[in-house]
Formats: sequence, structure tokens, C-alpha cells
Amino acid sequence: MTAAPAAAPAAARPPLPLAEQFQYGLAAPICLTWELTYACNLSCVHCLSSSGRRDPRELTTTQCQAVIDELQRMQVFYVNIGGGEPTVRPDFWALLDYATAHGVGVKFSTNGVRITPDRARQLAASDYVDVQISLDGATAEVNDAVRGPGSYDTALRAMGQLADAGFAGFKISVVITRHNAGQLDQFQALAGRFGAQLRITRLRPSGRGADVWDDLHPTAAQQRQLYDWLAVRGASVLTGDSFFHLAGYGEALPGLNLCGAGRVVCLIDPVGDVYACPFAIHDSFRAGNVRDPGGFAHVWQHSELFAGLRQPQAGGACQSCSAYDACRGGCMAAKFFTGLPLDGPDPECVKGHGERALATGTVPPRPSGDHSHRTSDRRPVPLTLGRRPPVTACDSNPLAGFTPGR
Amino acid sequence: MACAVSTEPVSTGPEAFDLDAAWQVAPQVQVRPERFGALLYHFGTRQLSFLKSPVLLTVVRSLAGQPSARAACRAATVPDQELASYHRALATLAASQMICPRDAA
Repeated sequence: MTAAPAAAPAAARPPLPLAEQFQYGLAAPICLTWELTYACNLSCVHCLSSSGRRDPRELTTTQCQAVIDELQRMQVFYVNIGGGEPTVRPDFWALLDYATAHGVGVKFSTNGVRITPDRARQLAASDYVDVQISLDGATAEVNDAVRGPGSYDTALRAMGQLADAGFAGFKISVVITRHNAGQLDQFQALAGRFGAQLRITRLRPSGRGADVWDDLHPTAAQQRQLYDWLAVRGASVLTGDSFFHLAGYGEALPGLNLCGAGRVVCLIDPVGDVYACPFAIHDSFRAGNVRDPGGFAHVWQHSELFAGLRQPQAGGACQSCSAYDACRGGCMAAKFFTGLPLDGPDPECVKGHGERALATGTVPPRPSGDHSHRTSDRRPVPLTLGRRPPVTACDSNPLAGFTPGR
Repeated sequence: MACAVSTEPVSTGPEAFDLDAAWQVAPQVQVRPERFGALLYHFGTRQLSFLKSPVLLTVVRSLAGQPSARAACRAATVPDQELASYHRALATLAASQMICPRDAA
């Protein structure tokens, strides 16, 4: 999210700082992520929604339109649509048109697979549509190791088509890993080449991200370099405000330095379940379903989970740390999925408290859903071969032992 | 139909904002009331902004129906001694294209 400088406070009585106002929740989310499908043509190793296969319970076109109608009534300015790969839904382009016609802007994330020169021109023509092309390496080698063979070429082809169509300022969206953290300048150059804007976000141990977290999350030294790099670039690089745990280094980075889960952000998943944030797809953070009576608005305004998140949070062991006012204990999802207590340190705490806590041994939670492609699952198949011998030694007739019913 | 956008560097100081001119919320901007004031979103620039008081929201919403920004402040019963801070807030909103001169719409 890009926040312009807030208009100067007008009243004589000083109002609460905005970040504190936001802790108590808003009439509607500012950043709403909506994952339209669990289906995906890729199998990225760090997919935070463990996507791959479509879920048969996914919202129908009519149900999606009803959600959009509700977002319009709630004045949700725009939705961040993702997946899975949202463009593989046959009704994706129709839903995009439906949303923009109803005053709900759409920013969608794609790996580029369904972008064509025609689609690119159509997207470039609308003020209400923004596009994020996912890319996790500035080179094919680094990208494809995470996102799969050919995915770098697909992304760059789509970026070229958007640029050719005159789509200025589309986003190149990068999840920072140990292998691409040294490529920040190359990503920036790539964005420049396509007239795009760079957006970098934090790797989370959510979904399949839990399986690769230990190998892919940036080292402490890389985090420090990232912080320094971002501090120099200010708001010219978008971050989705996802690096607020790095504020413990000193100055806060631009953006809202707080966990917005259930307060300013939430997630609607493909089956209509509403979660506190896009990185917390787990039963523990499920607030309700858009198909429940009262719909999404009721979940946002009245769910017990969200009401709890909007109460002042206990800082636990972190409360006595000098950096607590800056980092606010870090990311709830990162703690949860590494098995750390929610009032404890972030696993990537810049003071090293997270690493020390993890070293004492934690038990990460079991995932509560998985839509990964089954083809990537190579575990042995439990199968018992029938050892029943033929009825008689010479009965090889396929009808042997078959007694027709009446 | 969008506000005329100057290519000159925009000054954000209140001196650049004419309180006696006629203003309005820009056509591409949506205003959502909140407990603390309001959220504004500009679909052209994709920027968010915040109104930090309900009185400022009243002022902003009444701009289009008042002959000047000063009149809008008066109608919202902004005390004279607070006019300067409202002036600054409106100048900030104009600089980020959230509000625009009415004749430019």
C-alpha cells in the first residue's frame, strides 16, 4: 500500500496517531487480499497458500459477484487479487470487469501465463486495474529454482507485453530470499527497463514456505543490507509494509509500521473463508466465511477473532526490549508458523531473540490445508497386492467365479 | 474529466492554496468515513490519504457546495484560531490531487 502524507491534524485536541487509530480497526479493510483459486500452473516452493489444485468448493461466478457488490457497499477501494494463479479461472476477466464497473479497483498478482498483447492493451486502458508480475530472481537461474522451469521467461514476456501496451508503472513483485537478496539493484534495473515499479515483500513461513523457510529466509547480514537499501530508497520501492520487523534497526521504514492483521488487512480465500491476513491461512486465524449470514461485512465487523486482534496486544517477553516500540514484536504469521508464541519475538528479530528462541526447539503447527499438485508428491503409495489365487488352477476365464444375478 | 495536472513542481505550503477559490473533491477520489475522520483513495495516482478529524471530513465534503474553501470551513464552524491548520490540511490534499479547483474539473 502506498500512503500519501496524511493531511495535517486539524483539531486543537491532538488526535491519536494514525497507527494507533488503525489498531482499533476500520469500517472496512484498506488492503483486502482475495485469492480467487487454489489452481496454479506453477508449484513455487514457497507458495504461502500451498496452491496447485482447484478446490471444488471455490466460489462460483455469482458468489464472487455478490462479494464484489458487498465490497462496493463497504467502500473497499480496491482488492488485491491473487491465488493460485487467478487468471486461470475462466471467469477471471469477467470478474475483473465486474469489479471495476462497480467502483472496486483491482490489483492482481500473476505469473504472467495468461497475459497476451490484447489483454495487456485492455489492462493498460483502465485506471482501476493494476498488475503485479511475480518474479523471485533477477536471473532465470535464481528465479526458476524457486518458481519452476520457464517461469522467468513467462514473466519477462508478460512484462514486455505490458510495457509495449503502454502500461506504465505496473509492479514487479519479488519475495526476498537468501538467493535473491543480493540482486536488489538488478531488480531495480529490470523495473527501470520495463517502466515498472519494484515491489519487494518478506518471505513468510506460511504454506509450503514452512518447508523451505530454513533454507530460503535471508540471513541476518542480508536483512541488515536490505534495511539499509530500503532506507535510502524511501517510498520509491513498494514493500506492502512487510518489513516493519526491521524497524528495530533504528528508523522506521516508510509505510504503516504495524501488523495490520484483522485491523486494516484480511484475506478471503477461494472457498470464501476469511482469514486475518494473507499469510495466516490456518484454522487458528479463520474469522468466518463470506457465505455465512451477514456476509463479509458481518465477519469483518463482528468476528470474535478480529475483535480480539483489535484489542491492545500484550508484548510478552518483547515488552522490555528497547526495540519493541519500533517493531511491535514483528509478524504474527511468521511467529505462528515457526512455532514461536504470538507474544514472543519474530523469528527474524533483528536483536537475535527469535533465533535464540528457535534454538531451544519449537514445534511448528500442522498445516490445516494443502492444495499442492499431487504430481510433486513422490511418497510411496501404500498398496496391497491381491494374493488370492485363481478359483481353480485352470480357471483363467475372466468370468470364472462370476455368478450372474437374477 | 480529471483535474488538470500541472507539470510544475508542486509546492505543498499553504501559501500555494487559495482559501478563497472554489474547490471540490477530485472526480477520481473516493471518500470513506472512519471513526477518526476519513480515508481517501485516488484511483488515478493510487494514493491513499487520511483525514484526521471528522470536522475536516465535513469541510472536504462541503467544498463542492460552497463558493470557497474559506466558506466551507466557516459552514463547518471551524474556529478562526484553527483556520491556519485547516488551511495546511487542505493545501496538503490539493498537492496530492485529492481535491482540485472546481473550474479545472
